[in-house]
Amino acid sequence: MSTLTDPPQEQFRLSMLVNDTRYRSLTFQAIAALVLALAIWYLGNNLIQNLRAAGLNISYNFLGDRSGYDIAQRLIDYDSQSSHARAAVVGILNTLLVAFLACITATIFGVVAGVLRLSNNWLVSKLMAVYVEIFRNIPVLIWIIIIFTIMTAVMPGPREFRGDDPSASMLFDLFAFTNRGVYTPMPVFTSGLFASTALNWLLVLAVLVGSFFVMRQVNANATRKQEETGIRPNTLLISLAVWIVPVVALMLIMGLTWEVPELKGFNFKGGIKIGGPLIALWFALSIYTGAFIAENVRAGIQAISKGQTEAAAALGLRPGRIMNLVVLPQALRVIIPPLISNFLNITKNSSLAIAVGYADITATLGGVTLNQTGRAIECVLLMMLFYLTASLLISMVMNVYNASVKLKER
Amino acid sequence: MSDKQNNSIAFVATSVIPESPPPARDTGAYKWVRENLFSSIPNSILTLAALALLYSLLSNTLPWMLNGIWTTSSLAECREILQGESGACFSVLTERWNQLLYGFKYPTDQYWRPNLALVLLLIAMAPVLFFDLPRKLLAFTVVYPFLAFWLIWGGTIMVPIVALIGFAVAAVVFQNLGKGSFAAGFFGAIVAALVVWKVGGMLIPEGASESAMLSPVPSRDLGGFMLNMMLGVTCVSLSVPLGIALALGRQSSMPLIKWICVVFIEFVRGVPLITLLFVASVMLSYFFPPDATVDLFLRVVIMITLFSAAYIAEVIRGGLAALPKGQYEAADSLGLDYPQAMRLIILPQALKISIPGIVNVAVGLFKDTTLVSVISMFDMVGMIRGPILASTEWNGVYWELLGFAAALFFVVCYGISQYSQWLERRLATGHR
Repeated sequence: MSTLTDPPQEQFRLSMLVNDTRYRSLTFQAIAALVLALAIWYLGNNLIQNLRAAGLNISYNFLGDRSGYDIAQRLIDYDSQSSHARAAVVGILNTLLVAFLACITATIFGVVAGVLRLSNNWLVSKLMAVYVEIFRNIPVLIWIIIIFTIMTAVMPGPREFRGDDPSASMLFDLFAFTNRGVYTPMPVFTSGLFASTALNWLLVLAVLVGSFFVMRQVNANATRKQEETGIRPNTLLISLAVWIVPVVALMLIMGLTWEVPELKGFNFKGGIKIGGPLIALWFALSIYTGAFIAENVRAGIQAISKGQTEAAAALGLRPGRIMNLVVLPQALRVIIPPLISNFLNITKNSSLAIAVGYADITATLGGVTLNQTGRAIECVLLMMLFYLTASLLISMVMNVYNASVKLKER
Repeated sequence: MSDKQNNSIAFVATSVIPESPPPARDTGAYKWVRENLFSSIPNSILTLAALALLYSLLSNTLPWMLNGIWTTSSLAECREILQGESGACFSVLTERWNQLLYGFKYPTDQYWRPNLALVLLLIAMAPVLFFDLPRKLLAFTVVYPFLAFWLIWGGTIMVPIVALIGFAVAAVVFQNLGKGSFAAGFFGAIVAALVVWKVGGMLIPEGASESAMLSPVPSRDLGGFMLNMMLGVTCVSLSVPLGIALALGRQSSMPLIKWICVVFIEFVRGVPLITLLFVASVMLSYFFPPDATVDLFLRVVIMITLFSAAYIAEVIRGGLAALPKGQYEAADSLGLDYPQAMRLIILPQALKISIPGIVNVAVGLFKDTTLVSVISMFDMVGMIRGPILASTEWNGVYWELLGFAAALFFVVCYGISQYSQWLERRLATGHR
């Protein structure tokens, strides 16, 4: 009765490995795995043979050895007796420092230039277009060298500040721009609550964070009142008080004074010294990447259709609020993803520090340490590991931020 | 009432009043200036600030440039002529012109070779860049790399000829075997090319390059802007095919191949080019066979190519993702297999979308070729920072040299980006 039978089981034939789509992908992956394994074996084998011929081995013990070189720009204690590992940490902190500073200033430059490029002022918008085109089309290395040259060859030497009729003078008697770096006043706590300076500053930061949370509460209250009554209470005075009073009070308690740089002997003493290489790198990365960010900002603002602005104006919003409440929240969604990749570029381009002698990770671990110990493979691998981690972390943090500003679809 | 009305009309015009010209403030230059420069108080302030900035820039640079001196043989002579006045010492450009362009070791009597290679490069690139030119010109484009190699490095012409024959044989094998199965054609072509190169390598007599028509020039003698151009052109053209392969691999449904591509792309994009150049200069030689000596130029080309291939792969992935799914399904329903679908349907559209992105990567790559100066190759920046600024004659001539380098890079990069914009308009077929 039952004429329906199972279809005959197809016998597996060898040719099906190539001709049958079910098996073909397996074949290809097997080939790929084989080629990959062969390549790794070949390269590894060469590496072992070369290392044996050179009498080397892979070992990270050199990191504990005495480094024997000095680093001018450093955030933590370090001298030539410290280990190579500590030199690498100094380098990492310097990389993060310049990347952080450059990200902030590049964003400021980029947003200002991008907004001004859309200005209805013909001269200003053309100037900004010229800025963007010039800085985008010239290698960042050349910019770094140009600004470093300004810092070292054009700035006056410290001795030109001396004498009764000096050829150079300090700005407001507070800032000194010399060919050895820029000196700025340094805030000092004379009667700090803690012995360590860092802890005192952490306390200031903690107070600021506290102010931030109080302000959030104040703003939430204002919004609630606005929704109940339609009138937003004026919070300007309260917010000024919340921001300023606690911090100023704390600073007064801790006895804040400014240590102003002074010319002593052949050089300036006191204050904060920002070395020429750091300024060159910081400023060059900022203006170079700022030009790219300006283009992103312009594209982001232009991506918002004109109807949005007109609708907001029809609702009676003033131009400032149109920008804040309607255009920017939408434009940010377009601007932030490329902004993330620009921040990553800044971090990666900060490795050009080696060209001007700024002691970042590439210059310490990949430069002096590598040349002194000859441990090329270990140093380069550690460097790559650091940059990979930094890139991944930055993109993670920025992606979280991106997720918080992107369009919430219900 | 009506009386009053009649009386109140004192005058009725019987003809149209002739048009009067618009008020002076609403015409011509005055109107333009008012609307574009002084439309509001903040705008006026901006305009004045911009004018002040322009004035301070020009008043500092113009006299310096116009006073420029072109004919002295050292900075000291420049200073003597200028007598403390502001003025540029452009003589460094004229005196070191050859070093800036060709490096300091390339044989002086052979400069015509890179020059000829540059002219031929323009001819070879023309059919690639401009689609209207006859397609037959592409034949020259195919031959060009081998010709340029021979021109710049010199030596026996047999090497590039054997290489070319190897590629030609591979192409023929692919044409014949590839009809049945893409994979068979592909692997067959690789094997055929390897065989030809091995046999051809044995045929080239020892010491043929010494007696060759063009004297051989070792890679370490290359330098100057020529080196930047060579690195840029070579690495971009090599990384586009590699980038396509990586992008397709990343889209692949085979997990192993997909993950190899993902790891490679993300790794390369996560590290700076400098670390890769360090790999090229101090680490890569450990991975070659002990008796092989691969010169620095080739190692740098390998690393830069891998670097830009990862970026190009991401651009092309964007292009692939932008294609509607219907295109893939349509290709499947026509019965095309994977290579055919990619070659005939998917890639032509995806590449068209990604052209601006690829050009951006190319411009970035060309700018990044200056980084090789960090690993002590004497490209243009390396020449300026090394031999020229360190020489006793020209120690201290910063702005003229750096300005020249900046101007040269600007011209090339701006030109490429203008081309890209032109191409974008040209390719906009209005599918949206």
